Amino acid sequence: MIRIENVSFRHRTVPILSDITLTIDKGGVVALVGPNGAGKSTLLSLVARLQPLQMGNIQIDGLPVDATPGRQLARVVAILRQDTTVASRLTVRELVSFGRFPHGRGRLSAADHAIVDAALARFDLADLAGRFIETLSGGQRQRALVAMAFAQGTDYLLLDEPLNNLDMYYARELMRALRAAADENGKTVVIVLHDINQASAHADRIVAMKGGRILADGAPCDILTPDMLEVVFGLRAPVETIGGKPFVLHQL
Amino acid sequence: MTAALSTSSWRAKAAAGLGLAALFAVSLAVGVSPLPPGRVLSDPDALQLLLVSRLPRTLAAVLSGAGLAIAGLIMQTLSRNRFVEPATAGTAQSAELGILLVTLFFPAASLPVKTLLAAGAALAGTSVFLATAQRLPPAQPYLVPLFGIVYGGVIGAAATYAAWQADLLQFLSVWTNGDFSGVLRGRYELLWIAALMVAAAFLVADRLTIMALGREASIGLGIDYARMMQIGLVIVSVITALSVVVVGMIPFVGLAVPNIVSRLMGDNVRGTLGWVAAGGAGLVLACDIAGRLIRYPYEIPVGTVMGVAGGAIFLWLLFRRGGHG
Repeated sequence: MIRIENVSFRHRTVPILSDITLTIDKGGVVALVGPNGAGKSTLLSLVARLQPLQMGNIQIDGLPVDATPGRQLARVVAILRQDTTVASRLTVRELVSFGRFPHGRGRLSAADHAIVDAALARFDLADLAGRFIETLSGGQRQRALVAMAFAQGTDYLLLDEPLNNLDMYYARELMRALRAAADENGKTVVIVLHDINQASAHADRIVAMKGGRILADGAPCDILTPDMLEVVFGLRAPVETIGGKPFVLHQL
Repeated sequence: MTAALSTSSWRAKAAAGLGLAALFAVSLAVGVSPLPPGRVLSDPDALQLLLVSRLPRTLAAVLSGAGLAIAGLIMQTLSRNRFVEPATAGTAQSAELGILLVTLFFPAASLPVKTLLAAGAALAGTSVFLATAQRLPPAQPYLVPLFGIVYGGVIGAAATYAAWQADLLQFLSVWTNGDFSGVLRGRYELLWIAALMVAAAFLVADRLTIMALGREASIGLGIDYARMMQIGLVIVSVITALSVVVVGMIPFVGLAVPNIVSRLMGDNVRGTLGWVAAGGAGLVLACDIAGRLIRYPYEIPVGTVMGVAGGAIFLWLLFRRGGHG
């Protein structure tokens, strides 16, 4: 369980997050949505202890993120940040293998190799395994980074806009893979999404943020209503239900 | 690509080992006094020459070359920029300023003490460089080396001014221009500490690769980012200060060798560290041999030879890079 209590965050004098309290149960896919500048990425980076907490508490499975050794946390939570730049001459397999670093400190056991192979297969990277990262396209690179976070084998996976650079096919494949990880392996996936229909199609729960606050929190069918969209995004758009799930026709 | 490399890797390693051994043997043989291999065991003078002068000189070239190449690799890893090295980012200049000030104010200090203080100055200078480099926009990779050159130039100018005021300019040139001609038994042994630093780099090789992925990826994988930064800085500063104090700064090794190795075999530090160390040792050894032969029986300092050779290698790297996109 991720427990976020009364978290506020300021960048110099600008408030980014104001008194956020949120509990995320173990297992399932939770989507964070909201307009640009809502504070979604900041919240995710605070949970992953990439920035120091200024106010409030965050615990993952009872471990306070600001007081737990980094190595221990790295076996509980993995994060993929938005626009991670890797201009590196590592092969895809080498990069994904570094996801196992928190477990063996660089020595890969047979089990580690199996996990790396499984991550490569899951994200359709087996054919690219020997290629250098810097020779890949943006979407291929993004998949390699997701595979690395996945190979970390943590119960909690935090992903900041992982669908960036992905075409329709791989965007859906990635969402399905995350859904499967939640359903089959009991993983908890917290994911920042811009495509609200991806959130509706694959998430159990949507948390909508705006201006550093949580405006709405619930199942997709409760959140994706014309009124809520107007409040959160300032956007008036029709919502249609297809196969029992709401879809926003925001292009119209 | 990697598969091809790994199957031929033992062959490549054997070839590199043989090449390095050959350079080592040539370095022992080349000099003003002739030293035929057959006479070493029978002639005590020849043995003396070998043990007091040629062997220390050769070892000094190997140790400083391997050390500076590793220092360059670590600096490139920590700054996430391929175009920096100790000689162009203020590390060497800070070490020079440090040892100059120690010589001015504590002329009686022993060589280890002087080296330690030079290393401290290098550490301070490099910390400021890296702290600044991290604030420069990552989308403009050439800003970091440009800043490093200007920053190193400013510190170097301060050292020159201080040396000029104190009439120590000749001393300064001993530290700024690498030269192995003064290396004798009893005057180079501090350089073995550089070997220890290289060994330390091997211990943290995987962590260095991860550091090159950036701060957030490092923390995400459970690495103590600040601590690794300090460890890397200490390794770089100590190696550079040792080189400056014992033989004088040798430029370009730290730039050329890690870049060539990265081109050929990638950036997994655990796999490339040995190649970088061997490449640095071989390059410095070759340049020192060339410096002894070009104007035989006179010598050209290795720093000067390396300036020319390294410049050519660097241009080749830049143009090759452009050609391949």
